Amino acid sequence: MHINVFDHYHFQDSLIHRLDARVKAAVTVAFILSNAILPDGNWLAFAVAWLVLLLGNDLSRLGLGYTFKRSYIVLPFVLVAISVIFSPLGKPLAQWHLGFITLIPTNFGVARFFSILVRSWLSVQMAILLVATTQFPDLIHAFEHLRLPRILTTIIAFLYRYLFVLTDEALRLLRAREARSASLQGRKRGGRLTWRAKVTGSMVGQLFLRSYERSDRIYYAMLGRGYTGHLRTLNPHAMTRLDWLALILSLAVLSFIQLLGWVR
Amino acid sequence: MLLSPAPLHIPDGFLTPFISLVFWGATMIMVGLAISKTNKTLGERQIPLMGLMAAFIFAAQMLNFPVAGGTSGHFLGGALAAIVLGPWAGILVMTAVIAVQALLFQDGGLLVMGANIFNMGILTVVIGFGLYRMVIHRKIGARLVAAGLASWLATMAAALLTSLQLWLSGASRLEIVLPAMLGVHTPIGLGEALITVAALAFIERTRPDLLTSEKAASGGGRGWIIAGIIVSLLAVLLSPLASGSPDGLERVAENLGFLEIGQSAPCEILPDYTIPFLGETHLSTIIAGMVGALVLLGLLILLGRSLRKSPPHT
Amino acid sequence: MPVKHPPDYEITIPECKGDILRIRDLRFAYPDGRVALRGVSLNVCEGEKVAVVGPNGAGKSTLMLHLNGILRGHGSISIAGMSITRENLPIIRAMVGLVFHNPDDQLFSPTVFDDVAFGPLHMGLPEAEVYTRVDEALAAVQMDDFGKRLSHHLSAGQKKRIAIATVLAMRPQILVLDEPSSGLDPRARRSLINLLRELPITMLISTHDLAMVEELFPRMVIMDEGFVVADGPTAKLLEDGVLLEAHGLEKP
Repeated sequence: MHINVFDHYHFQDSLIHRLDARVKAAVTVAFILSNAILPDGNWLAFAVAWLVLLLGNDLSRLGLGYTFKRSYIVLPFVLVAISVIFSPLGKPLAQWHLGFITLIPTNFGVARFFSILVRSWLSVQMAILLVATTQFPDLIHAFEHLRLPRILTTIIAFLYRYLFVLTDEALRLLRAREARSASLQGRKRGGRLTWRAKVTGSMVGQLFLRSYERSDRIYYAMLGRGYTGHLRTLNPHAMTRLDWLALILSLAVLSFIQLLGWVR
Repeated sequence: MLLSPAPLHIPDGFLTPFISLVFWGATMIMVGLAISKTNKTLGERQIPLMGLMAAFIFAAQMLNFPVAGGTSGHFLGGALAAIVLGPWAGILVMTAVIAVQALLFQDGGLLVMGANIFNMGILTVVIGFGLYRMVIHRKIGARLVAAGLASWLATMAAALLTSLQLWLSGASRLEIVLPAMLGVHTPIGLGEALITVAALAFIERTRPDLLTSEKAASGGGRGWIIAGIIVSLLAVLLSPLASGSPDGLERVAENLGFLEIGQSAPCEILPDYTIPFLGETHLSTIIAGMVGALVLLGLLILLGRSLRKSPPHT
Repeated sequence: MPVKHPPDYEITIPECKGDILRIRDLRFAYPDGRVALRGVSLNVCEGEKVAVVGPNGAGKSTLMLHLNGILRGHGSISIAGMSITRENLPIIRAMVGLVFHNPDDQLFSPTVFDDVAFGPLHMGLPEAEVYTRVDEALAAVQMDDFGKRLSHHLSAGQKKRIAIATVLAMRPQILVLDEPSSGLDPRARRSLINLLRELPITMLISTHDLAMVEELFPRMVIMDEGFVVADGPTAKLLEDGVLLEAHGLEKP
């Protein structure tokens, strides 16, 4: 496995890629919020939101199906919402007898279930589009501009940088465990539960100590380059006219979607 | 896939804007407090340390191990982070982990991130550190048992709160989501507890200086004990109540006006709408929970003993 | 077992006015009780390129960490006539560029630009100057267009070069490198050697790579068990098989 599995940025030269990270982050959040406040069952409004998403895919030159292909990650969670189909509100649509349980799907429940599904599915695609078109460090810079506390953005920057180093270390530990866990035929593999937990726990402990000691060395490296407890960064981002235009247009489209959803 | 976390990362679309904002508010207050506390009390060395600890928690979540019946023991890490770093730094570290999981991997949504941070990064830290803080000056055996119990309970409390949020948002029916979530998380919490205990025992053996009681106590005062106990009691009392009589809980929420604001339309449970196996489910949830707790306690004591006997690695 | 070898050679330090680095009787023990330096004395002149060699645990890295005040032992260190005190630290850290053994510890920012800019920014330089310094440093290690790249996408050799650029951006008087050639494949090692040859700067490195020392560094210092056991012209020391063997070294 290679580090690139973690890197969801997809290099392209496109309008969306060039937009300021702040604009993209703000529009993403606004899009998700817009979906969340649309009333249940407003399929027209949801469809327009989906068109916006398709347009985003197209403008970023990733291909129309780019975010769709990666949106399956919400599927497991959909299980949680299935029970809503059988909401007692609304008109019964059918009656299913499963043994001694009677399930009654209602029109309200079905609309609610599919609305949750669509909201979640649209939202996750927008988030995928955001990271596919924005380098993560740019996103961190954007959050600094948006006045997120410096200490948090710094922890996130360190997390991003060492994510790759430490997951590599974790994978090496896992491989070492694999290499030493042979199983004899007909014997149950893996030992007792407490033993397995102990092995995994020791790996976690080891990873902890290595990270701890590495943080000391990084601290030295920072000291060596003049760090005195206050972090400074450059602010190389500036909003262009195009960025403002994109922001205003997007917010206008989202307002239109809200209008579609609420005015009937 | 290596990154398949426990089903606690709520995606966008499942919580209503109202519930999302309420938990964003609570999370922002706690994170804001954590920032001002860490800025005041911790040295400049703490910044790279917290960054690396966040990366560590992230990487450690990949080290899962089979528990039973096809489920894997996953590691959330909130309790461990709080115990080794102190509660405030623990909250910041977990916030960063959950934020990156949502931003970079879409593991959990953005609008609901406040709720996710609250469930997995604040609740787990309060319970984890609060219960550990009680026995902080005791011997390692007692501390390990407390850490194990605390991390199991923290996972269960996170599952409970997640269920309640989903229910209040009208995304799921309480009598289904609650037993399901608690049931799934009983073995997951067991894995969490075992890994936390074994990891702490490993650190105690190799670098006991990192776990001295003065060091841990300097991270958070005695107030944490009270907070930890109250939150734990709430979780312990609320889960049987909620699974035993969801109607009662529903009525309370309704009286408080939660359901009307929280949902675009409330999913009321009609009195004559019952599922025959319901009673059994509640009973079995409670019994399973109790049995789980007992098994856990036994395992922890066994593990504590075997760890103390084994010679230190050199 | 501490082996003390009195230096058999008269220490021939080239004539120079105003040593840029002067260490006298430096001693240091880690908090866990491990004694790392047992009285080290060393002079380095401006423009000199000196290699410190010796087995693992000889105290080389500990010595390096003293040079810009990260560790503070007993004894005296002066950099261009200044002793290391709390007031002098910012100047000293700008003058002594320390490159760590593992570039993953040195490159702690998400992007190459952020990392190279870290030093100049924390020296308090104005923004325009910071950009100039970054461009200049990246050009010096022949990595001109790498500013936007992500650190974790670089190869080991590239990381090493960027790590050197991060301290060059501070325009140091002395470049201190801890095991620069370890972990590099032959091609990356060769290009690093060429780079070090061309950098017009005083250089003190610790290494196990005696072939590189022979090629690049006219003066060699052998350390063992916290002592300097030999200090002299590389060509001369490398001929003494007995001395090399006593300290776990092999003639290239």
